[in-house]
Amino acid sequence: MPESPTPKKRPRHLGAWVLIAAVPAACALAFGYVGGWLAPQRLTPKRLVDQFEANAGVHPGYRRNHAKGVCVAGYFQSSGQAAPYSMAQVFASGQRTPVVGRFAIPGSNPYAPDNSVPIRSMALRFTQANGQQWRTGMNSMPVFPVATPQAFYAQLQAQQPDPATGKPDPKKVATFFAAHPETAAFRAWAKTAKPSASFATESYWSLDAFVFTGSDGLRHAVRWRMVPQSADDDSAAPAADADYLAADLRQRLSHGPLRWKLEVTLANPGDPTDDATKAWPADRQTVDAGTLVVESEQAQDSGPCRDINYDPTVLPSGIQPSDDPLLPARSAAYADSYLRRTSEEAHLPGTAALPAKAQPEARP
Amino acid sequence: MKNTTGLFALPARVLHWLMAAMILAMLFIGVGMVASVSERHAWLLRIHKPLGIAILVLAVVRLAVRLRYPPPPLPADLPMLQKLAAHASHWLLYALMIAMPLVGWAMLSAGGYPVMLSDSLRLPAIFPAGPIAFAVLRHLHSWLAMLLFLTFLAHMAAALYHGLIRRDGVLASMIARRRE
Repeated sequence: MPESPTPKKRPRHLGAWVLIAAVPAACALAFGYVGGWLAPQRLTPKRLVDQFEANAGVHPGYRRNHAKGVCVAGYFQSSGQAAPYSMAQVFASGQRTPVVGRFAIPGSNPYAPDNSVPIRSMALRFTQANGQQWRTGMNSMPVFPVATPQAFYAQLQAQQPDPATGKPDPKKVATFFAAHPETAAFRAWAKTAKPSASFATESYWSLDAFVFTGSDGLRHAVRWRMVPQSADDDSAAPAADADYLAADLRQRLSHGPLRWKLEVTLANPGDPTDDATKAWPADRQTVDAGTLVVESEQAQDSGPCRDINYDPTVLPSGIQPSDDPLLPARSAAYADSYLRRTSEEAHLPGTAALPAKAQPEARP
Repeated sequence: MKNTTGLFALPARVLHWLMAAMILAMLFIGVGMVASVSERHAWLLRIHKPLGIAILVLAVVRLAVRLRYPPPPLPADLPMLQKLAAHASHWLLYALMIAMPLVGWAMLSAGGYPVMLSDSLRLPAIFPAGPIAFAVLRHLHSWLAMLLFLTFLAHMAAALYHGLIRRDGVLASMIARRRE
Protein backbone atom coordinates (compact mmCIF):
# COMPACT_ATOMS: atom_id res chain seq x y z
CA MET A 1 0.00 0.00 0.00
CA PRO A 2 1.45 3.37 -0.96
CA GLU A 3 2.08 5.79 1.84
CA SER A 4 -0.72 8.34 2.00
CA PRO A 5 0.34 11.94 1.57
CA THR A 6 0.14 14.13 4.69
CA PRO A 7 -0.97 17.56 3.53
CA LYS A 8 -1.94 18.74 7.05
CA LYS A 9 1.00 18.69 9.41
CA ARG A 10 -0.09 17.99 13.00
CA PRO A 11 2.23 19.23 15.71
CA ARG A 12 3.98 16.28 17.32
CA HIS A 13 2.51 14.89 20.54
CA LEU A 14 -0.40 17.34 20.53
CA GLY A 15 -2.60 14.98 22.51
CA ALA A 16 0.16 14.37 25.04
CA TRP A 17 0.74 18.08 25.58
CA VAL A 18 -2.99 18.66 26.04
CA LEU A 19 -3.04 15.90 28.65
CA ILE A 20 -0.02 17.33 30.46
CA ALA A 21 -1.80 20.68 30.74
CA ALA A 22 -5.31 19.36 31.36
CA VAL A 23 -4.63 16.93 34.21
CA PRO A 24 -3.02 19.49 36.55
CA ALA A 25 -5.58 22.11 35.48
CA ALA A 26 -8.47 19.79 36.36
CA CYS A 27 -6.79 19.06 39.66
CA ALA A 28 -6.39 22.76 40.40
CA LEU A 29 -10.05 23.44 39.54
CA ALA A 30 -11.21 20.66 41.86
CA PHE A 31 -8.99 22.12 44.59
CA GLY A 32 -10.46 25.56 44.03
CA TYR A 33 -13.98 24.21 44.27
CA VAL A 34 -13.38 22.16 47.42
CA GLY A 35 -11.55 25.12 48.99
CA GLY A 36 -14.56 27.38 48.36
CA TRP A 37 -12.80 29.90 46.08
CA LEU A 38 -14.76 28.61 43.07
CA ALA A 39 -17.97 28.00 45.04
CA PRO A 40 -19.33 31.51 45.74
CA GLN A 41 -22.73 30.18 46.79
CA ARG A 42 -21.42 28.00 49.62
CA LEU A 43 -21.75 29.28 53.16
CA THR A 44 -18.17 29.25 54.47
CA PRO A 45 -16.86 30.23 57.91
CA LYS A 46 -15.28 33.28 56.29
CA ARG A 47 -18.60 34.49 54.87
CA LEU A 48 -20.31 33.94 58.21
CA VAL A 49 -17.70 35.92 60.13
CA ASP A 50 -17.57 38.61 57.41
CA GLN A 51 -21.28 39.13 58.03
CA PHE A 52 -20.63 39.75 61.74
CA GLU A 53 -18.09 42.38 60.70
CA ALA A 54 -20.53 43.89 58.21
CA ASN A 55 -23.12 44.23 61.00
CA ALA A 56 -20.94 45.73 63.72
CA GLY A 57 -17.64 46.77 62.17
CA VAL A 58 -14.19 45.36 62.86
CA HIS A 59 -12.96 45.55 66.42
CA PRO A 60 -9.36 44.33 66.19
CA GLY A 61 -8.24 41.81 68.77
CA TYR A 62 -11.80 41.01 69.89
CA ARG A 63 -13.96 37.98 69.26
CA ARG A 64 -16.25 38.52 66.29
CA ASN A 65 -19.27 37.63 68.42
CA HIS A 66 -19.78 37.85 72.18
CA ALA A 67 -17.05 40.48 71.94
CA LYS A 68 -17.70 42.09 75.32
CA GLY A 69 -16.87 39.89 78.26
CA VAL A 70 -14.80 39.15 81.31
CA CYS A 71 -12.51 36.25 82.24
CA VAL A 72 -13.18 34.09 85.29
CA ALA A 73 -11.37 31.18 86.93
CA GLY A 74 -12.37 28.45 89.34
CA TYR A 75 -13.07 24.76 89.33
CA PHE A 76 -15.73 22.11 88.83
CA GLN A 77 -16.44 19.75 91.70
CA SER A 78 -18.02 16.55 90.38
CA SER A 79 -20.80 14.87 92.32
CA GLY A 80 -20.17 11.57 90.54
CA GLN A 81 -23.83 11.35 89.52
CA ALA A 82 -23.07 11.85 85.80
CA ALA A 83 -20.28 9.26 85.83
CA PRO A 84 -22.56 6.32 84.91
CA TYR A 85 -23.54 8.15 81.73
CA SER A 86 -20.20 9.62 80.66
CA MET A 87 -16.71 8.25 81.22
CA ALA A 88 -15.23 11.77 80.97
CA GLN A 89 -12.76 12.23 83.81
CA VAL A 90 -14.44 15.53 84.75
CA PHE A 91 -17.51 13.57 85.98
CA ALA A 92 -15.63 10.99 88.08
CA SER A 93 -16.80 10.93 91.69
CA GLY A 94 -14.97 13.46 93.85
CA GLN A 95 -13.00 14.83 90.89
CA ARG A 96 -12.05 18.50 90.99
CA THR A 97 -11.24 20.00 87.57
CA PRO A 98 -9.76 23.48 87.03
CA VAL A 99 -11.83 25.81 84.86
CA VAL A 100 -10.99 28.97 82.91
CA GLY A 101 -14.18 30.69 81.82
CA ARG A 102 -15.66 33.79 80.34
CA PHE A 103 -18.91 35.69 80.83
CA ALA A 104 -20.04 37.80 77.90
CA ILE A 105 -22.94 39.42 76.09
CA PRO A 106 -23.78 38.56 72.48
CA GLY A 107 -22.93 40.95 69.68
CA SER A 108 -19.76 42.03 67.94
CA ASN A 109 -19.31 45.40 69.63
CA PRO A 110 -16.95 45.17 72.62
CA TYR A 111 -18.26 48.51 73.94
CA ALA A 112 -21.99 47.71 73.76
CA PRO A 113 -23.91 48.71 76.90
CA ASP A 114 -24.75 45.72 79.08
CA ASN A 115 -28.47 46.44 78.91
CA SER A 116 -28.51 46.42 75.09
CA VAL A 117 -29.35 42.71 74.98
CA PRO A 118 -31.28 40.44 77.36
CA ILE A 119 -28.89 37.51 76.76
CA ARG A 120 -25.76 36.65 78.73
CA SER A 121 -23.32 33.87 77.98
CA MET A 122 -20.97 31.62 79.90
CA ALA A 123 -18.04 29.86 78.24
CA LEU A 124 -15.94 27.30 80.09
CA ARG A 125 -12.80 25.31 79.51
CA PHE A 126 -12.36 22.34 81.83
CA THR A 127 -8.80 20.94 81.78
CA GLN A 128 -8.91 17.34 82.92
CA ALA A 129 -6.03 15.75 84.81
CA ASN A 130 -5.38 13.50 81.78
CA GLY A 131 -4.83 16.57 79.57
CA GLN A 132 -8.09 16.24 77.66
CA GLN A 133 -10.34 19.29 77.60
CA TRP A 134 -14.00 20.07 77.60
CA ARG A 135 -14.93 23.43 76.12
CA THR A 136 -18.46 24.74 76.12
CA GLY A 137 -20.23 27.99 75.27
CA MET A 138 -23.68 28.46 76.80
CA ASN A 139 -26.37 31.13 76.58
CA SER A 140 -28.91 32.35 79.13
CA MET A 141 -31.90 31.20 77.08
CA PRO A 142 -33.48 27.79 76.76
CA VAL A 143 -33.68 27.65 72.95
CA PHE A 144 -31.72 29.05 70.02
CA PRO A 145 -33.59 31.18 67.43
CA VAL A 146 -32.64 29.01 64.45
CA ALA A 147 -31.69 25.41 63.76
CA THR A 148 -29.20 25.65 60.89
CA PRO A 149 -26.14 27.72 59.98
CA GLN A 150 -27.90 28.86 56.80
CA ALA A 151 -30.82 30.28 58.78
CA PHE A 152 -28.39 31.90 61.22
CA TYR A 153 -26.59 33.56 58.31
CA ALA A 154 -29.91 34.78 56.91
CA GLN A 155 -30.77 36.22 60.33
CA LEU A 156 -27.45 38.09 60.47
CA GLN A 157 -28.07 39.44 56.98
CA ALA A 158 -31.56 40.59 57.94
CA GLN A 159 -30.13 42.36 61.00
CA GLN A 160 -27.41 44.21 59.10
CA PRO A 161 -27.80 47.92 59.91
CA ASP A 162 -29.24 50.09 57.16
CA PRO A 163 -26.51 52.62 56.23
CA ALA A 164 -29.16 55.39 56.21
CA THR A 165 -30.39 54.87 59.78
CA GLY A 166 -27.56 52.90 61.37
CA LYS A 167 -30.19 50.45 62.60
CA PRO A 168 -31.52 47.16 61.17
CA ASP A 169 -34.39 47.59 58.77
CA PRO A 170 -37.48 46.42 60.75
CA LYS A 171 -39.10 45.25 57.51
CA LYS A 172 -36.19 42.95 56.71
CA VAL A 173 -36.17 41.58 60.25
CA ALA A 174 -39.93 40.97 60.09
CA THR A 175 -39.56 39.24 56.73
CA PHE A 176 -36.88 36.99 58.17
CA PHE A 177 -38.99 35.97 61.18
CA ALA A 178 -42.01 35.38 58.96
CA ALA A 179 -39.96 33.08 56.79
CA HIS A 180 -38.56 31.25 59.84
CA PRO A 181 -41.39 30.00 62.06
CA GLU A 182 -38.85 27.89 64.00
CA THR A 183 -37.85 31.16 65.74
CA ALA A 184 -41.23 31.29 67.55
CA ALA A 185 -40.06 29.67 70.81
CA PHE A 186 -37.09 32.01 71.02
CA ARG A 187 -39.21 35.06 70.26
CA ALA A 188 -41.70 34.08 72.94
CA TRP A 189 -38.83 33.88 75.43
CA ALA A 190 -37.30 37.17 74.22
CA LYS A 191 -40.63 39.00 74.73
CA THR A 192 -40.46 38.53 78.49
CA ALA A 193 -36.68 38.52 78.89
CA LYS A 194 -35.08 41.50 80.60
CA PRO A 195 -31.36 42.31 80.66
CA SER A 196 -30.28 40.90 84.01
CA ALA A 197 -28.33 42.99 86.52
CA SER A 198 -25.84 40.18 87.10
CA PHE A 199 -24.08 37.29 85.41
CA ALA A 200 -24.33 35.40 88.70
CA THR A 201 -28.10 34.99 88.76
CA GLU A 202 -28.52 33.57 85.26
CA SER A 203 -29.02 30.03 84.03
CA TYR A 204 -26.89 29.04 81.04
CA TRP A 205 -28.08 26.40 78.56
CA SER A 206 -25.94 24.26 76.26
CA LEU A 207 -28.67 24.73 73.60
CA ASP A 208 -27.06 22.14 71.31
CA ALA A 209 -27.38 18.46 72.18
CA PHE A 210 -24.36 16.26 72.84
CA VAL A 211 -23.79 12.55 73.30
CA PHE A 212 -22.44 11.09 76.53
CA THR A 213 -20.76 7.69 76.37
CA GLY A 214 -20.43 5.66 79.55
CA SER A 215 -17.69 3.17 80.33
CA ASP A 216 -20.32 0.52 79.48
CA GLY A 217 -20.28 1.87 75.90
CA LEU A 218 -23.91 3.03 76.06
CA ARG A 219 -24.66 6.36 74.39
CA HIS A 220 -26.98 8.98 75.85
CA ALA A 221 -28.19 12.14 74.09
CA VAL A 222 -27.97 15.03 76.55
CA ARG A 223 -28.28 18.75 76.99
CA TRP A 224 -27.10 20.63 80.03
CA ARG A 225 -27.66 23.78 81.96
CA MET A 226 -25.76 25.71 84.61
CA VAL A 227 -28.24 26.62 87.38
CA PRO A 228 -27.22 29.61 89.54
CA GLN A 229 -26.96 29.19 93.30
CA SER A 230 -26.89 32.97 93.78
CA ALA A 231 -30.22 34.48 94.71
CA ASP A 232 -31.85 36.67 92.11
CA ASP A 233 -32.60 39.84 94.06
CA ASP A 234 -34.69 41.14 91.14
CA SER A 235 -32.73 44.36 91.15
CA ALA A 236 -33.11 46.31 87.95
CA ALA A 237 -30.05 46.88 85.82
CA PRO A 238 -28.50 50.26 86.62
CA ALA A 239 -29.29 52.28 83.52
CA ALA A 240 -26.51 54.82 84.00
CA ASP A 241 -23.58 52.38 83.88
CA ALA A 242 -22.85 50.65 80.58
CA ASP A 243 -20.51 48.13 82.23
CA TYR A 244 -22.47 47.12 85.30
CA LEU A 245 -22.11 43.38 84.72
CA ALA A 246 -18.33 43.34 85.24
CA ALA A 247 -18.68 45.66 88.25
CA ASP A 248 -21.37 43.43 89.77
CA LEU A 249 -19.24 40.33 89.21
CA ARG A 250 -16.22 41.93 90.88
CA GLN A 251 -18.32 43.08 93.78
CA ARG A 252 -19.92 39.65 94.31
CA LEU A 253 -16.59 37.81 94.04
CA SER A 254 -15.07 40.10 96.67
CA HIS A 255 -17.54 38.47 99.10
CA GLY A 256 -16.69 34.91 98.04
CA PRO A 257 -17.01 32.38 95.21
CA LEU A 258 -20.09 32.07 92.99
CA ARG A 259 -21.68 28.68 92.32
CA TRP A 260 -23.74 26.96 89.65
CA LYS A 261 -25.12 23.42 89.62
CA LEU A 262 -24.49 21.54 86.38
CA GLU A 263 -27.77 19.89 85.50
CA VAL A 264 -27.54 17.29 82.74
CA THR A 265 -30.81 16.38 80.98
CA LEU A 266 -31.07 12.92 79.40
CA ALA A 267 -33.15 12.71 76.23
CA ASN A 268 -35.97 10.25 75.75
CA PRO A 269 -35.91 8.28 72.52
CA GLY A 270 -37.25 10.57 69.79
CA ASP A 271 -36.29 13.86 71.43
CA PRO A 272 -34.73 16.08 68.74
CA THR A 273 -30.94 16.30 68.98
CA ASP A 274 -30.49 18.15 65.68
CA ASP A 275 -32.73 21.13 66.41
CA ALA A 276 -31.68 23.72 68.99
CA THR A 277 -34.95 25.65 68.52
CA LYS A 278 -36.91 22.87 70.26
CA ALA A 279 -36.74 22.48 74.02
CA TRP A 280 -37.14 18.96 75.37
CA PRO A 281 -40.19 18.27 77.54
CA ALA A 282 -39.73 19.38 81.14
CA ASP A 283 -40.24 15.90 82.60
CA ARG A 284 -36.99 14.48 81.24
CA GLN A 285 -34.62 12.86 83.70
CA THR A 286 -31.98 15.28 84.95
CA VAL A 287 -28.76 14.51 86.77
CA ASP A 288 -26.94 16.89 89.13
CA ALA A 289 -23.42 16.42 87.76
CA GLY A 290 -21.68 18.70 90.22
CA THR A 291 -20.91 22.29 91.11
CA LEU A 292 -19.09 24.97 89.16
CA VAL A 293 -17.25 27.27 91.56
CA VAL A 294 -16.11 30.62 90.16
CA GLU A 295 -13.48 32.16 92.39
CA SER A 296 -11.92 35.09 90.53
CA GLU A 297 -12.33 37.42 87.59
CA GLN A 298 -9.82 39.08 85.26
CA ALA A 299 -10.10 41.67 82.48
CA GLN A 300 -10.57 39.98 79.14
CA ASP A 301 -7.80 41.89 77.34
CA SER A 302 -5.15 40.41 79.63
CA GLY A 303 -6.86 37.52 81.43
CA PRO A 304 -6.33 33.81 80.77
CA CYS A 305 -9.56 33.45 78.75
CA ARG A 306 -8.36 35.86 76.08
CA ASP A 307 -6.47 33.29 74.03
CA ILE A 308 -9.01 30.50 74.39
CA ASN A 309 -11.30 29.61 71.51
CA TYR A 310 -14.39 28.21 73.27
CA ASP A 311 -15.08 25.75 70.45
CA PRO A 312 -17.90 23.52 71.75
CA THR A 313 -16.58 20.55 69.77
CA VAL A 314 -13.35 20.37 71.81
CA LEU A 315 -14.47 17.48 73.98
CA PRO A 316 -12.95 14.80 76.21
CA SER A 317 -13.41 11.09 75.76
CA GLY A 318 -16.96 10.40 77.03
CA ILE A 319 -18.61 13.45 75.41
CA GLN A 320 -19.22 13.74 71.65
CA PRO A 321 -21.03 16.22 69.43
CA SER A 322 -24.59 15.26 68.41
CA ASP A 323 -25.99 15.56 64.89
CA ASP A 324 -26.93 19.20 65.62
CA PRO A 325 -25.86 21.12 62.46
CA LEU A 326 -25.04 24.22 64.51
CA LEU A 327 -22.11 22.48 66.21
CA PRO A 328 -19.74 22.09 63.22
CA ALA A 329 -20.72 25.61 62.10
CA ARG A 330 -19.83 27.04 65.51
CA SER A 331 -16.53 25.16 65.47
CA ALA A 332 -15.65 26.40 61.97
CA ALA A 333 -16.73 30.01 62.56
CA TYR A 334 -15.06 30.27 65.99
CA ALA A 335 -11.81 29.03 64.40
CA ASP A 336 -12.04 31.76 61.76
CA SER A 337 -12.75 34.43 64.38
CA TYR A 338 -9.87 33.09 66.51
CA LEU A 339 -7.45 33.32 63.58
CA ARG A 340 -8.56 36.90 62.83
CA ARG A 341 -8.09 38.15 66.35
CA THR A 342 -4.81 36.31 67.01
CA SER A 343 -3.49 37.62 63.66
CA GLU A 344 -4.37 41.13 64.87
CA GLU A 345 -2.68 40.36 68.18
CA ALA A 346 0.42 39.32 66.20
CA HIS A 347 0.28 42.49 64.04
CA LEU A 348 0.45 40.35 60.90
CA PRO A 349 0.43 42.31 57.62
CA GLY A 350 -3.06 43.00 56.34
CA THR A 351 -4.69 42.97 59.76
CA ALA A 352 -6.24 45.98 61.46
CA ALA A 353 -4.24 47.60 64.26
CA LEU A 354 -5.28 46.91 67.85
CA PRO A 355 -6.80 49.79 69.80
CA ALA A 356 -4.04 51.39 71.87
CA LYS A 357 -6.01 51.09 75.09
CA ALA A 358 -9.75 51.01 75.49
CA GLN A 359 -10.64 54.51 76.66
CA PRO A 360 -13.94 54.73 78.51
CA GLU A 361 -14.76 58.07 76.85
CA ALA A 362 -14.14 56.54 73.42
CA ARG A 363 -17.07 54.21 73.91
CA PRO A 364 -19.97 54.96 71.65
CA MET B 1 25.57 1.96 46.62
CA LYS B 2 24.64 2.74 43.04
CA ASN B 3 21.26 2.05 41.51
CA THR B 4 21.78 -0.05 38.36
CA THR B 5 18.24 -1.44 37.97
CA GLY B 6 16.79 1.72 36.43
CA LEU B 7 13.96 1.43 38.93
CA PHE B 8 13.14 2.91 42.30
CA ALA B 9 13.46 0.25 45.01
CA LEU B 10 10.22 -1.54 45.86
CA PRO B 11 9.81 0.13 49.30
CA ALA B 12 10.36 3.52 47.64
CA ARG B 13 7.72 2.77 45.01
CA VAL B 14 5.18 1.52 47.57
CA LEU B 15 5.77 4.54 49.80
CA HIS B 16 5.59 6.93 46.84
CA TRP B 17 2.17 5.82 45.63
CA LEU B 18 0.72 5.30 49.10
CA MET B 19 1.85 8.74 50.24
CA ALA B 20 0.81 10.37 46.96
CA ALA B 21 -2.76 9.26 47.67
CA MET B 22 -2.56 10.29 51.34
CA ILE B 23 -1.01 13.71 50.70
CA LEU B 24 -3.36 14.59 47.87
CA ALA B 25 -6.33 13.53 50.01
CA MET B 26 -4.90 15.53 52.90
CA LEU B 27 -4.61 18.72 50.82
CA PHE B 28 -8.25 18.44 49.70
CA ILE B 29 -9.40 17.57 53.23
CA GLY B 30 -7.53 20.59 54.59
CA VAL B 31 -8.93 23.21 52.25
CA GLY B 32 -12.35 21.54 52.33
CA MET B 33 -12.73 21.52 56.10
CA VAL B 34 -11.80 25.17 56.62
CA ALA B 35 -14.23 26.23 53.88
CA SER B 36 -17.23 24.37 55.29
CA VAL B 37 -19.70 24.99 58.10
CA SER B 38 -21.54 21.71 57.51
CA GLU B 39 -20.98 18.39 59.23
CA ARG B 40 -18.27 17.86 56.61
CA HIS B 41 -16.18 20.22 58.71
CA ALA B 42 -16.39 17.88 61.69
CA TRP B 43 -15.60 14.60 60.00
CA LEU B 44 -12.87 16.03 57.76
CA LEU B 45 -11.21 17.51 60.84
CA ARG B 46 -11.39 14.11 62.54
CA ILE B 47 -9.52 12.54 59.59
CA HIS B 48 -7.08 15.42 59.13
CA LYS B 49 -5.14 15.06 62.38
CA PRO B 50 -4.43 11.30 62.49
CA LEU B 51 -3.78 11.26 58.72
CA GLY B 52 -1.27 14.08 59.14
CA ILE B 53 0.61 12.19 61.85
CA ALA B 54 0.57 9.05 59.67
CA ILE B 55 2.11 11.07 56.82
CA LEU B 56 4.77 12.43 59.19
CA VAL B 57 5.75 8.90 60.29
CA LEU B 58 5.80 7.58 56.72
CA ALA B 59 7.80 10.61 55.53
CA VAL B 60 10.53 9.86 58.05
CA VAL B 61 10.56 6.20 56.96
CA ARG B 62 10.67 7.33 53.35
CA LEU B 63 13.60 9.64 53.97
CA ALA B 64 15.50 6.68 55.45
CA VAL B 65 14.56 4.53 52.44
CA ARG B 66 15.72 7.26 50.09
CA LEU B 67 19.10 7.47 51.84
CA ARG B 68 19.45 3.67 51.98
CA TYR B 69 18.38 2.98 48.36
CA PRO B 70 19.61 5.67 45.96
CA PRO B 71 17.13 6.44 43.17
CA PRO B 72 17.98 5.60 39.55
CA PRO B 73 19.98 8.40 37.92
CA LEU B 74 18.14 10.87 35.69
CA PRO B 75 18.70 10.36 31.92
CA ALA B 76 22.14 11.60 30.92
CA ASP B 77 20.71 13.71 28.10
CA LEU B 78 18.30 15.61 30.35
CA PRO B 79 19.08 19.36 30.15
CA MET B 80 20.90 20.68 33.19
CA LEU B 81 18.08 23.05 34.15
CA GLN B 82 15.54 20.21 34.16
CA LYS B 83 17.86 18.06 36.26
CA LEU B 84 18.21 20.90 38.74
CA ALA B 85 14.44 21.42 38.83
CA ALA B 86 13.90 17.69 39.38
CA HIS B 87 16.31 17.50 42.32
CA ALA B 88 15.13 20.76 43.90
CA SER B 89 11.45 19.82 43.66
CA HIS B 90 12.07 16.36 45.13
CA TRP B 91 13.83 17.76 48.17
CA LEU B 92 11.16 20.45 48.49
CA LEU B 93 8.52 17.70 48.54
CA TYR B 94 10.44 15.84 51.27
CA ALA B 95 10.81 19.03 53.29
CA LEU B 96 7.12 19.88 52.97
CA MET B 97 5.79 16.42 53.80
CA ILE B 98 7.77 16.52 57.04
CA ALA B 99 7.19 20.22 57.81
CA MET B 100 3.43 20.31 57.19
CA PRO B 101 2.41 17.87 59.96
CA LEU B 102 4.93 19.42 62.37
CA VAL B 103 3.64 22.94 61.70
CA GLY B 104 0.06 21.70 62.14
CA TRP B 105 0.93 20.01 65.41
CA ALA B 106 2.85 23.07 66.67
CA MET B 107 -0.01 25.33 65.59
CA LEU B 108 -2.58 23.39 67.64
CA SER B 109 -0.15 23.41 70.58
CA ALA B 110 0.33 27.18 70.29
CA GLY B 111 -3.47 27.64 70.13
CA GLY B 112 -3.78 25.82 73.46
CA TYR B 113 -5.82 23.02 71.90
CA PRO B 114 -5.44 19.45 73.10
CA VAL B 115 -3.96 17.58 70.10
CA MET B 116 -6.48 14.76 69.87
CA LEU B 117 -5.88 12.04 67.26
CA SER B 118 -9.04 10.21 68.29
CA ASP B 119 -11.66 10.46 71.04
CA SER B 120 -9.05 9.53 73.63
CA LEU B 121 -5.55 9.53 72.05
CA ARG B 122 -3.81 12.81 72.79
CA LEU B 123 -0.37 13.93 71.66
CA PRO B 124 1.69 16.25 73.88
CA ALA B 125 2.11 19.91 72.98
CA ILE B 126 5.30 20.64 71.02
CA PHE B 127 5.10 24.43 71.23
CA PRO B 128 4.29 26.84 74.08
CA ALA B 129 0.77 28.30 73.93
CA GLY B 130 0.58 31.87 72.67
CA PRO B 131 -1.65 33.84 70.29
CA ILE B 132 1.18 35.27 68.18
CA ALA B 133 2.82 31.90 67.60
CA PHE B 134 -0.60 30.42 66.82
CA ALA B 135 -1.42 33.07 64.21
CA VAL B 136 1.98 32.78 62.51
CA LEU B 137 1.93 28.96 62.47
CA ARG B 138 -1.68 28.82 61.31
CA HIS B 139 -0.94 31.09 58.33
CA LEU B 140 2.29 29.18 57.66
CA HIS B 141 0.27 25.94 57.56
CA SER B 142 -1.95 27.42 54.81
CA TRP B 143 0.90 28.88 52.77
CA LEU B 144 2.96 25.71 52.93
CA ALA B 145 -0.13 23.74 51.86
CA MET B 146 -0.47 25.97 48.80
CA LEU B 147 3.25 25.53 48.04
CA LEU B 148 2.90 21.76 48.45
CA PHE B 149 -0.11 21.67 46.13
CA LEU B 150 1.70 23.72 43.45
CA THR B 151 4.81 21.55 43.78
CA PHE B 152 2.61 18.47 43.43
CA LEU B 153 1.04 19.90 40.23
CA ALA B 154 4.47 20.61 38.76
CA HIS B 155 5.69 17.15 39.81
CA MET B 156 2.70 15.49 38.15
CA ALA B 157 3.07 17.55 34.96
CA ALA B 158 6.78 16.71 34.84
CA ALA B 159 6.06 13.01 35.32
CA LEU B 160 3.56 13.09 32.44
CA TYR B 161 6.09 14.98 30.30
CA HIS B 162 8.70 12.28 30.96
CA GLY B 163 6.21 9.51 30.30
CA LEU B 164 4.42 10.90 27.24
CA ILE B 165 6.85 13.23 25.48
CA ARG B 166 10.39 12.19 26.38
CA ARG B 167 9.55 8.53 27.06
CA ASP B 168 12.89 8.32 28.83
CA GLY B 169 12.00 5.79 31.53
CA VAL B 170 11.75 8.31 34.36
CA LEU B 171 8.02 7.73 34.88
CA ALA B 172 8.53 4.00 34.29
CA SER B 173 11.13 3.90 37.07
CA MET B 174 8.38 4.73 39.57
CA ILE B 175 5.66 2.50 38.13
CA ALA B 176 8.09 -0.39 37.60
CA ARG B 177 7.68 -0.95 33.91
CA ARG B 178 11.17 -1.77 32.74
CA ARG B 179 12.45 0.13 29.75
CA GLU B 180 12.47 -1.82 26.49
